[in-house]
Amino acid sequence: MTMNTLILIVVLLGLSTLAYQYGRRKALSSVAGNHGALHSLPSYHGVYLALWCGFPALLIVLVWLMFQTSLIETLVLADLAGTTAALSDGQISLLLSDIRNLASGDITSGAPDPLTRAAADRYVELQDLGFTLVIAATLVLTASGFILGQRAISPTLRARPKVERIVGWLLLIASIVAIITTIGIVLSLLFESIRFFERVSVFEFIFGISWSPQTALRADQVGASGAFGAIPVFAGTLLITLIAMVVAVPIGLMAAIYMAEYASPATRAVVKPLLEILAGIPTVVYGFFAALTIGPALRGWGEFIGLDVASESALAAGLVMGVMIIPFVSSLSDDVINAVPQSLRDGSYALGATQSETIRQVILPASLHGIVGAILLAVSRAIGETMIVVMAAGLSANLTANPLEAVTSVTVQIVTLLVGDQEFDSAKTLAAFALGLVLFLVTLALNIIALRVVRKYREEYD
Amino acid sequence: MTDLATPHRDSTRPDLSADRLKRRYRAETRFRIYGIAAIATALLMLAFLLGSITHKGVGAFIQTEISLTVSLDTAEIDPDGTRNRETLAKANYRKIIRNALRERFPDVSGRRNTRELTKIISSGADLTLRNHVIENPDQVGTEQTLWFKTSADIDQLNKGNTPRDVPEADRRVSDKQIAWFDSLNAARDIRSSFNTTFFTAGASSEPEQAGIWGAVVGTALTLVVTLILSFPIGVMSAVYLEEFAPKNRWTDLIEVNINNLAAVPSIVFGLLGLAVFLNFFGLPRSAPLVGGLVLALMTLPTVIIAARAAMSSVPPSIREAALGVGASPLQTVTHHVLPLAMPGILTGTIIGMARALGETAPLLMIGMVAFIVDIPRGFTDAATVLPVQVYLWADASERAFEERTSAAIMVLLAFLILMNLAAVILRRRFERRW
Repeated sequence: MTMNTLILIVVLLGLSTLAYQYGRRKALSSVAGNHGALHSLPSYHGVYLALWCGFPALLIVLVWLMFQTSLIETLVLADLAGTTAALSDGQISLLLSDIRNLASGDITSGAPDPLTRAAADRYVELQDLGFTLVIAATLVLTASGFILGQRAISPTLRARPKVERIVGWLLLIASIVAIITTIGIVLSLLFESIRFFERVSVFEFIFGISWSPQTALRADQVGASGAFGAIPVFAGTLLITLIAMVVAVPIGLMAAIYMAEYASPATRAVVKPLLEILAGIPTVVYGFFAALTIGPALRGWGEFIGLDVASESALAAGLVMGVMIIPFVSSLSDDVINAVPQSLRDGSYALGATQSETIRQVILPASLHGIVGAILLAVSRAIGETMIVVMAAGLSANLTANPLEAVTSVTVQIVTLLVGDQEFDSAKTLAAFALGLVLFLVTLALNIIALRVVRKYREEYD
Repeated sequence: MTDLATPHRDSTRPDLSADRLKRRYRAETRFRIYGIAAIATALLMLAFLLGSITHKGVGAFIQTEISLTVSLDTAEIDPDGTRNRETLAKANYRKIIRNALRERFPDVSGRRNTRELTKIISSGADLTLRNHVIENPDQVGTEQTLWFKTSADIDQLNKGNTPRDVPEADRRVSDKQIAWFDSLNAARDIRSSFNTTFFTAGASSEPEQAGIWGAVVGTALTLVVTLILSFPIGVMSAVYLEEFAPKNRWTDLIEVNINNLAAVPSIVFGLLGLAVFLNFFGLPRSAPLVGGLVLALMTLPTVIIAARAAMSSVPPSIREAALGVGASPLQTVTHHVLPLAMPGILTGTIIGMARALGETAPLLMIGMVAFIVDIPRGFTDAATVLPVQVYLWADASERAFEERTSAAIMVLLAFLILMNLAAVILRRRFERRW
């Protein structure tokens, strides 16, 4: 089906190209090749006609692609209304996925019963029907667009302003995509979180100290309800972030100071890109490194000096995350330190201060705002980091401040709750969205504060 | 007039300033050393990280093979004598290999020993033999000496990764298997060759048959979607904001929003993809299409910010000149500003794509973690990507998979280095300073 859609889109684009050529020629021939007699350049006439031809048709295809599945599924389910009335939401979604698989010719769970098979046939039928309708609609639109558009082509047609107005709208729409993304994030997180909080109270979620979301298969099983107190999860995130910052802030800050104040341009040119490699390495690589190299090594050293270190300790994840964060702290602080006016340094030297005294007593206080902003950004980065903790930190919630024990984090829980097949409506999966909402809000707040702090600082010296 | 210029010093008091000065200079040196130590620590960590991965991963590019003389018995393979492809494909090659091994080690008897013996050969060896026979049907009825992959455990033994001096129960190969391996090795029937399977195969539960090709194709498909969406939308959005947008609260809102979006944790984009693309629009799970969509939304801010920076560095005099000779504002942008800003825009796009290439977490959310053996052939086929493959293999406990994980990381890093190099070259060669 995708292949066909792709072909349809290519055909539409081809038709638009032809329309472009035709429009250009027609404009030129309407003035017998005399450019000056046209209001707009011939190519604008071409684009004008191409837009008439392709734009509405492509819009139809896009809308079809977006709503096809939900539309067909609603129709198929409406047919099955008699049998599905008795089913729960989970069973319906299972049935639907069976129908979908059967329709696309894949293997289903067990032998399909005739009802499912019939529904699948209906599904394919609707899909084909829909696609035929779309083809018909697009062709009609293209043809009528062509006829309408080419009739308008004349030497006096103001093709350029018309085309430019449409392009202007497209530019505006493109810039709104970012806004739509944010709205999409907020709405999807909020919507699912509200459904979660219908089952679990907000109070329990934020202040509860027991987290075990694994809901049981049978209702009479022990601990079947699951516990959704997120304090241990938040505490784990904080512990790992704290360890990461203890590593990253001193190293990153000292590296930035050295690079900005002491290093020769040649050293800078070599060291700066090398440090930035640390930021470019995919986080899954750090995760692998933490889980298979640092974790066992820490455990070994712990045994050597008689400490009991968990193999998935917070320390391993935190240390490696700290290394990953170093370049964030260093490059942001580097910018900030460089922005301190030279006159402050000169003044300090004139009073007889050494370079390190100047740095500690003049430059650092002067750039404190910026450094705090950099650290806040780094903290937000550490809180949202996923792969290192998924691979190197623990899965079970553990309320502890001991870095040698295994703790879990918000991102780990989101991943473990959502990876794997399960029905979408259980409190377990919805809990992941509630955690995601918390994560989003906290990082957003940190970013806004950090950007504000940095901006305020910049204004001071501009 | 009093003589102020003469330093007045009480000779009975010791001179403290020299001491203090020494102390201050020592503090200065210490401070410098802290700085050097910080940089050295960071660089050492980088070297250690890359070194340990390379050290672990190089082994995966080598595969141990065993030479075996197999008798391609006509009665077994092609009873009708038609040399028909389908008949050839159906024969029991596993049995042929087992018999060849038994002939090689005639003193092995008993079911358990035979099973242990067959375990030194990869379980994919019968496929290798089948393909060989189908390609050379004229060899049926003869005896052929062929090279077969060993199982991953024997491979590790050959590479010296399995210690021989630990108790038998603590290692994955038995004493007997070691003895067989040594006798084969002594007879020069063992060789190490380049592991092409690693680059041509999809995922597999057997390390020696597992490869990254499926993940590479999945990555390529995903990134194509990402590029097709994020580049035009990003550039158009930047053009609007930089060149056309009126300065008002609405534009400010978009700007603040883009900056914040750039700092949203990537996993949140995964949640968005799950809730919107999978559950609301009903797009297929695990598909490169959805992965590409999610990564495009994630890369968009990077592209927009880079494109805006590149366009704002084009001097206003160029715009004024274009407008002065009668170009419309849009023509000014498309004919002059964009071409001049293009190197910067492309550099930013490449960097954004490199980030997307290394991204794992959002793809876990939309189900690109499934175990997929087939090589994906389209944008809606179930697929996985290179970083997710690394994540999946890192979970496997076998030493052989650890080796392959490191090797896959090396390939991933190689791609990243290439992309970043391209960005650097682009910047050096084409970026103009006004």
